[in-house]
Amino acid sequence: MSGAVGREPVFPTRQSLGLMKSKLKGAETGHSLLKRKSEALTKRFREITRRIDEAKQKMGRVMQIAAFSLAEVSYAVGGDIGYQIQESAKQARFRVRAKHENVSGVLLPQFESYTQEGVNDFGLTGLGKGGQQIQRCRETYARAVETLVELASLQTAFLILDEVIKVVNRRVNAIEHVIIPRTENTIKYINSELDELDREEFYRLKKVSNKKQRDTAAADAEILAARQQAEEKPRNGTPEEPEAPDVLGEQEDTDVIF
Amino acid sequence: MAASAATHKERQFLAVIGDEDSVTGLLLAGIGHVTDGPDAQRNFLVVDSKTETSEIERAFQSFTQDRKDIAVVLINQHVAERIRHSVDAFAEPFPAVLEIPSKDHPYDPEKDSVLKRVRRLFGE
Repeated sequence: MSGAVGREPVFPTRQSLGLMKSKLKGAETGHSLLKRKSEALTKRFREITRRIDEAKQKMGRVMQIAAFSLAEVSYAVGGDIGYQIQESAKQARFRVRAKHENVSGVLLPQFESYTQEGVNDFGLTGLGKGGQQIQRCRETYARAVETLVELASLQTAFLILDEVIKVVNRRVNAIEHVIIPRTENTIKYINSELDELDREEFYRLKKVSNKKQRDTAAADAEILAARQQAEEKPRNGTPEEPEAPDVLGEQEDTDVIF
Repeated sequence: MAASAATHKERQFLAVIGDEDSVTGLLLAGIGHVTDGPDAQRNFLVVDSKTETSEIERAFQSFTQDRKDIAVVLINQHVAERIRHSVDAFAEPFPAVLEIPSKDHPYDPEKDSVLKRVRRLFGE
């Protein structure tokens, strides 16, 4: 798994290690937040789907009653009023307005129905006969349309939530399966490179100190030998007049070490 | 999302595509609206057996795509069946497309494009 996701193109330095660590922390925080968001949305989504199911059943019943009352109207009026109604429809009395509901940062619209006062296109419909039935039919249909509007807002919320949940889940999965392993991989890589550098450095220091030790030992031995020679000379044989050293000569005095 | 938030404030009408009885009833409830001006547009379409499918299609497109003042499109299920591919392809949140039963055709939840998605999500 860890081999498949690769790692970020960074130089293995302590600075980028710090960066990666904070990135990993951020990714984990983001992951848990998004996960919670997705859960909240899903809960809401399930509730909405359940309500859609119920509302659709209710709609079936309501529309049946409404159709029946329309049949009553055509029986009472004794003819087809469809054409007359289609022609006299001018201004909508029944309108909707959209409100918003905020569910974890997602705006869900909610339609709210209201009636525009003072608009009545069908004042003369059923004037001759069947006026009462028409009035009842209008009320029935108004109730039916309210149910339909409710259902429509549920359905819109359903579509939006569906889309948002998909996006959020995609992000959660991307963080969980790509970004976090990738960052962890990078941290592992940087750590191993840094360890490698540490070992190299340690080895180099060891080498240097070894060489220094060797050099000092050699120098000590040389001095020791020189001293012994100096001690031995006056003991054996007459002390010769030491040749006056050529002070001005090229040869230099050996350092005196105490 | 921000664009739709700005635009759906003006959406205040319902539109209906359906058979004569459904349309009559819904108009009685007061949803009918005819725009002013020379190119007056109705927000309802009566479909009978003689109506061409292309005309239904055109009305559906105009209600869902062109007009920006419609919040909900009501369509009879048997009419939706005739332009099923358009109804299924329409996935925008606005306007909401709602399939309603008609007098002669009882409601079949199996055909509803939204309910189909609900069922699929719950794995039924």
